[in-house]
Amino acid sequence: MLKKFLLSALLFIASSAYSITAEEVKGITTGETDNRIAALAKAMLSADDKTAAFLQALSDDAVKVAGDKILVIQGDKVVDAVTGAAVALPDDAEDVINNNRMRGEIDSALAALKLFSKDDTVRAAAVKQLQSDADETKLPLIEKALATEQNASIKDQLGLVRAAALLGSADKAKRLEAAKLLATSGQANTKTMLLARLDTEPDAEVKAALGAALRQVESALAWGDKLGALFSGISLGSILLLVALGLAITYGLMGVINMAHGELMMIGAYATYVVQGLFQKYLPGAFDWYLLAAVPVAFMASALMGALLERSVIRFLYGRPLETLLATWGISLMLMQLVRSIFGAQNVGVENPSWMSGGMQVLGNLSLPYNRLVIIGFAIFVLGSVAWLIGKTRLGLFVRGVTQNRPIAACMGVNTARIDTYAFALGSGIAGLAGCALSQIGNVGPDLGQGYIVDAFMVVVLGGVGQLAGTVYAALGLGILNKFLEGWAGAVLAKIAVLVVIIIFIQKRPQGIFAMKGRSAEA
Amino acid sequence: MNASMKPVSLPSPAPLLSRTGWVAFLVALIVVCAVAPVLNLLVPSDSVFHLSDYGVGLVGRIMCYAICALAMDLIWGFTGILSLGHGLFFALGGYAMGMYLMRQIGLDGNYKSELPDFMVFLDWKTLPWHWTFSDSFVATLFLIIAVPGLVAFVFGYFAFRSRIKGVYFSIITQAMTFAAMLLFFRNETGFGGNNGFTDFKRILNIPVATPSMRMTLFVLTGVTLLAFFLMARWLINSKFGRVLQAVRDAETRVMFSGYNPLGYKLTIWTISAMMCGVAGALYVPQVGIINPSEMSPANSIEIAIWAAVGGRATLIGPILGAFIVSGAKSWLTVAYPEFWLYFLGALFIGVTLFLPDGVVGLVKRLSQSAQKSGDRS
Repeated sequence: MLKKFLLSALLFIASSAYSITAEEVKGITTGETDNRIAALAKAMLSADDKTAAFLQALSDDAVKVAGDKILVIQGDKVVDAVTGAAVALPDDAEDVINNNRMRGEIDSALAALKLFSKDDTVRAAAVKQLQSDADETKLPLIEKALATEQNASIKDQLGLVRAAALLGSADKAKRLEAAKLLATSGQANTKTMLLARLDTEPDAEVKAALGAALRQVESALAWGDKLGALFSGISLGSILLLVALGLAITYGLMGVINMAHGELMMIGAYATYVVQGLFQKYLPGAFDWYLLAAVPVAFMASALMGALLERSVIRFLYGRPLETLLATWGISLMLMQLVRSIFGAQNVGVENPSWMSGGMQVLGNLSLPYNRLVIIGFAIFVLGSVAWLIGKTRLGLFVRGVTQNRPIAACMGVNTARIDTYAFALGSGIAGLAGCALSQIGNVGPDLGQGYIVDAFMVVVLGGVGQLAGTVYAALGLGILNKFLEGWAGAVLAKIAVLVVIIIFIQKRPQGIFAMKGRSAEA
Repeated sequence: MNASMKPVSLPSPAPLLSRTGWVAFLVALIVVCAVAPVLNLLVPSDSVFHLSDYGVGLVGRIMCYAICALAMDLIWGFTGILSLGHGLFFALGGYAMGMYLMRQIGLDGNYKSELPDFMVFLDWKTLPWHWTFSDSFVATLFLIIAVPGLVAFVFGYFAFRSRIKGVYFSIITQAMTFAAMLLFFRNETGFGGNNGFTDFKRILNIPVATPSMRMTLFVLTGVTLLAFFLMARWLINSKFGRVLQAVRDAETRVMFSGYNPLGYKLTIWTISAMMCGVAGALYVPQVGIINPSEMSPANSIEIAIWAAVGGRATLIGPILGAFIVSGAKSWLTVAYPEFWLYFLGALFIGVTLFLPDGVVGLVKRLSQSAQKSGDRS
């Protein structure tokens, strides 16, 4: 939309008069690509709005050649590119063909011209685009822009672009200056730029300066990389925590192997999708806040489904873990097929609310996406709520009592069957919350739960049964370990390595990190 | 572990099979080795007695599944250890066979190269080390048994030594097959990535896709299944088998009686894995493809459901279960594709809730009550 606006603005200026010379226009539009690029570079030295308008037209394939006349199509009328006079379109007019190289040159030239836009965001975007393909021909424009730039952050970026352009200069002093300037940048593309220049640099002195700059940039980058891996580790850990917390209750406290846990998450994600649809239809004004409404809905949807499962199937299977495993696997198959029948086999789209998109730029190469930050916060909130519910409330007391000694709890007048249902519904509801969170960062489809179920069991098994603290440590530990291994071995090998580590770890401590203390010959 | 203890009666030194058992066994053998080939190859295709090629393929495949179910029964039904990773052993046997079949393609691949097509595609120049013996049929036969056996032995040794049991064991076996699936999905592993192996041309220089070859594989599978059945029967009747059942019913008590369960569990676990490997090797030339999806956790769980449906701790049950479930699957996925998962899910739930002893248990119960009412009248 912005681009269209710009375009029309430029065209408006352009239609008044063309001052770009006939020679320049002809050079840019016709002949061999090399010559055209040279002509473009020459025209850029004395570029103004008219040049911009012409280049934009060229980029939009709105330029035609008829004999020695260059024509620009503006909507339904045709004007001469040099004089700006309206003319009739001759029959023999031919399109100007731009190959990809030419197109790239035109775009970067346009970006250079956009440096003078009044709009901050347009200028920032232009600077960003120029970073990758700055060269000496655009240097006069960049310096001109630098002199007039008011916005401090754009000015900094522009300085780097200038340095990048200087780097390609034939003048040794300029290259030295560029090396010095670039050393302060903490950006990943600066590194590639320096490396590329280092290969072709003939002068020893400049080479040394470049090397020093490279080391400085690399050390800045290394910090960003490490922190980035740590952050994505914590982010993955928070997701694992959300996924495993529900299991920690149903499996850890109640001893029910719920293979349908992933599908309860899927139900939470689809509940979020439904709430999103309702907001789109009935409350489009409040769409940004649909997620707040989706959280309790997802919880309730999964909790009700969980209660239903517990009442209808699982309560008959207490004390028979292997049978429970098979039965809940069957439930998961049915739930997946049910969702396929209702919503279709394709993934459905769940959008981030606007306040969750974007991210926080911390270092040059480290930006923290808001949706990840929100999920980390959400995981902490859920963890706190569960700890409070289990540790401080009457329901939690009953759940702990029934877990520790069912007959005595029953003798004290606790309705153990009802507590089982509540506890299972709670665990399922937390799975729904996890599904709601996952809908914000991944695809929502019938297979959503399948990808997480193995991981979730690993977390619970590693953390130790009946322990919330163990689950937290195991989730964070696995998340961070996974992301750091991913750094040097790739995603799949990292996952395999983590599974192997867990299998070995269980050898040493079969009861998990925090074993329940007690005397028992039976594990 | 099922903690409820049934009264243990000393099994009498049972014969391998009863008289009717032997008769039934011989009938099955004759059907597989003589009747089926005659009906398929000699009876003209327009006759009502003709056995279609599709039928041969289907039954051949299901007999491979039945071998897996039998293996699962040995480890789950008789030893009480639920493995959710048997699909891995099945696939390993299949891959060992698949490698041989890939080499047998020779120069007839799409790229006319000595190397399998996918390696040419990946621009590999030589065979990776683990393909060294893949051109020898004898070595392949050895690998089919040795690779799943070795993997199972190493994994089982560490797991049983640290006394991982019950659900824990089930979950880490699931993690094992899941990890292996991820590994085999990668092209670098040298097993054809997610396409796996396919397009087989011949086996022992005989074309695979002929009716006689199909029949040969069918007979081979049937004979293997029957042989494994006899072997399992013999194992279970031996002292070894009785210790296994004691481990299932009260492992701690077995330990306190002076037995170390490690060796027993490890042996039956490894045997069971080898059986699955053989089943996989017989399966691959019949279906003509092997890829990593065979290792997905769902496939392994399906093996468990075959055993559960038929009836655990009865050797004939799992074989029946494989036929019932897979037969229903091949019918339902064609006739009502959207209902197949509902059916399978309901089967999982129904069998665990209402048929703890499977179909065989149900039949037994029905015949007993019929007998009782017969006595009364």
